Amino acid sequence: MELDVVALSRLQFALTALYHFLFVPLTLGLSILLAIMETVYVMTGRAIWRQMTKFWGTLFGINFVLGVSTGLVMEFQFGMNWSYYSHYVGDIFGAPLAIEGLMAFFLEATFVGLFFFGWDKLSKIGHLAATWAVALGSNFSALWILIANGWMQNPVGAAFNPQTMRMEVNDFFAVLFNPVAQAKFVHTVSAGYVTASIFVLGVSAWYLLKGRHLELAKRSMTVAASFGLAASLSVVVLGDESGYLSTEHQKMKLASIEAMWKTEPAPAAFTAFGFPDQKARETHYAVHIPWVMGLIGTRSLTTEIPGIEDLVKSAEARIRNGVEAYDALQTIRASAAPGAIPAEAQAAFEAGGHDLGYALLLKRYVDDPRQATDEQIARAASDTIPHVPTLFWTFRIMVGLGIFFIVLTATFFYLSARHRLDRYPLLLKLAVAAIPLPWIAAECGWIVAEVGRQPWIIEGVLPTAAAVSDLGAFTVLLTILGFTAIYTVLFIVEMGLMLHAIKKGPAPDPEPQAELAPHALAPAE
Amino acid sequence: MILHTLLDYETLRVIWWVLLGVLLIGFAVMDGFDLGTAMLLPFVAETDLERRVVINSVGPVWEGNQVWLILGGGAVFAAWPPLYAVSFSGFYLAMFAILFALILRPVGFKYRSKREDPRWRASWDWALFVGGLVPALVTGVAVGNVLQGANFHFGPDLRIFYDGTTLFELLNPFGLLCGLLSVAMLVMHGANWLLLKTDGVVSERARTFGGLAAVAVIALFALGGLWLWLGVDGYRFVSAVVADGPSNPLAKTVERASGVWFENYGTMSWTLIAPALGFLGALASLGFSQGRKAVPALLSSALSIFGVISTVGVSMFPFILPSWTDPKSSLTVWDASSSHLTLFIMLVATVIFLPLILAYTTWVYRVLWGKVDERAIARGDGHAY
Repeated sequence: MELDVVALSRLQFALTALYHFLFVPLTLGLSILLAIMETVYVMTGRAIWRQMTKFWGTLFGINFVLGVSTGLVMEFQFGMNWSYYSHYVGDIFGAPLAIEGLMAFFLEATFVGLFFFGWDKLSKIGHLAATWAVALGSNFSALWILIANGWMQNPVGAAFNPQTMRMEVNDFFAVLFNPVAQAKFVHTVSAGYVTASIFVLGVSAWYLLKGRHLELAKRSMTVAASFGLAASLSVVVLGDESGYLSTEHQKMKLASIEAMWKTEPAPAAFTAFGFPDQKARETHYAVHIPWVMGLIGTRSLTTEIPGIEDLVKSAEARIRNGVEAYDALQTIRASAAPGAIPAEAQAAFEAGGHDLGYALLLKRYVDDPRQATDEQIARAASDTIPHVPTLFWTFRIMVGLGIFFIVLTATFFYLSARHRLDRYPLLLKLAVAAIPLPWIAAECGWIVAEVGRQPWIIEGVLPTAAAVSDLGAFTVLLTILGFTAIYTVLFIVEMGLMLHAIKKGPAPDPEPQAELAPHALAPAE
Repeated sequence: MILHTLLDYETLRVIWWVLLGVLLIGFAVMDGFDLGTAMLLPFVAETDLERRVVINSVGPVWEGNQVWLILGGGAVFAAWPPLYAVSFSGFYLAMFAILFALILRPVGFKYRSKREDPRWRASWDWALFVGGLVPALVTGVAVGNVLQGANFHFGPDLRIFYDGTTLFELLNPFGLLCGLLSVAMLVMHGANWLLLKTDGVVSERARTFGGLAAVAVIALFALGGLWLWLGVDGYRFVSAVVADGPSNPLAKTVERASGVWFENYGTMSWTLIAPALGFLGALASLGFSQGRKAVPALLSSALSIFGVISTVGVSMFPFILPSWTDPKSSLTVWDASSSHLTLFIMLVATVIFLPLILAYTTWVYRVLWGKVDERAIARGDGHAY
């Protein structure tokens, strides 16, 4: 891949988005865990639960602030680096982002201040309400951003308007209740809950190994194991749902994840292992498990899943169809007034307009898609294959880790029920070592979702290469360096503070009554 | 869906132009005092305890306030997609500078007092200062450049091209003047906030800076107006105005002429209230702050910000982002909006959520009412920064 402005803009988006998502999952899950812990505190009145809420809250805060900082970059970057995208789909894509601000960010950010500063200013119930508001707010934000992202994968409820040269919404409820978005939402927040659960589990296991803060650690582990078990089951179920929906909406993504080069008779086999070769279009040393792919992908024994080569053929047909639509569009654009549009052009555009995006795939090779040669059309059609080995491997890492999380949380759930959490040091060490794994799984998940969508920025509607801003490659390189520099520094600082706070452990938490009494500045214990 | 035809396209566009102003003003008023406070940090507070008092005065609220900017970005994307596309990419490096500063700021608030090391704390204090100054200055410079017109044009398929703007061209004298005005305005506002939330020596220093800033606002606003009159050409439609047509910026013709940015005040003289509030608000802020009346002073500086920003909007109406290299590509209220349906849906969402936001924000400020407790910070209570 040459380092032109398209590649650099993609690189910058990938770097900033993957970095942003280091902080998001922990925020999503830990906010809920904090709310659960504080609810127990309010219901039982036992101070240990308040201390737990405050301790995990400190770690939450260190993480949260970087999520906010890096989220701002995401919100602005569409306009900065992807201006044709912003123009082309802003009518649909902008709305969920704005509603995210209205419904979610304000709630989350306004109450997070009270969470930290409101312990002495609010009643127990009042503070609990603030904590739940933070949890709800952060989870709502996931809902709206995934409605936006779901639309990029499955662009429903919109049509192209030749007058304004952009996609415009015609059914907002279709955008809202997009099945891809709903499945992604539950899959993603569940992944966040798993991340937070494994984090709490791992840090608590470390305390148990060190023999510190035993009361806090055991209780935290109980909460994390049960919440984490439910969440990791949910991640897998909804991940399966996402896979099933890709069969319907993103056939190429599914075929590439499976490195399924040719259409196989139903039910297709699942390739558990192998080395996909993009150039030769085959998978070396493949280990197949019969039937599994067909069952997961179609939930039937008779429906075929199309392979990559057949999908390329159908893409070529759609490119030719799109070129005709493109031609009709130029005629429509050239007409002075809406009344003067030739009926023929109008009819041709209505017939082929849904493939207009396929004609834009040719823009990489030729300015006017109508001038494209057969050879260029064939190249554009084979461009519709995403990078198969990347998808194949990231998907398998993600799924493998997902299954591991179920086993791990189920084990600790069992130990907690049997009051044996501190009996098996080896398992505790495993829990500590598992802390980074949910992040790896989550990042792999995003790579599968977004690399799998290539070469499209909006599946079937707008190619990524056509969506960038008219910037110089050097300018984008400059900002990549800038973001990388500040993000690296902040990552080191963040990790340092996080480890410091974990090593320091929870602050002794005096009873609220003691705090209100004068001269009670000394720790109560 | 036919409900959206209850409001015609032209009305919705005007409503969204007003809401664009509400968001910008909301950001400048709410996040403005955070930015102003951060800019004042190295000057009004000397000891570590004083600095922590200043930081904690905005500690619980800056996160909520910053959402005005995030919402602003989202709402411009949703309601004015071409504006979002052109301005964010056209002012690319300026936007990057703002982002860089705004990345530093939250981290500065949160991380500064987590370690005792004085060098660590001093570094974050400067990061906070930069995090306040850069967004204030660059936003003002950007507005100054919008008034003069930006360098962009649309290709036939509405792809956006920039005609050679560099970061340094943005820093022209008029742009810098607007940048300074923006800085002065937010310093004035931040100083009034500190007057409200602190006492003793910090409060006294803030009062001095706030007074100076208010004088600067009056002088710079007057100078800016004069310059605009004498030295900056405005833009106007040559072709007939079609207020409810499709959003195609290329369907019109536009000319540049001097004095055009003052025409709206002639045809609608009630709009003169905008610049009047800009001046009177700053004057009242000066009076109240020197009289140590914090609440009226804060309201006055907010009013001044309202007046100054509204003045820019009213002067340019119906233009939002003119282009001086290709005037017909200019973005206006009539050809840079989302579709009729999207504007309607976004209005419904705003009508539902904005009152809720204002209600719970008010409640949070009431809970947090009162001066920052210096002793609580000194003994290291709770989660204070």
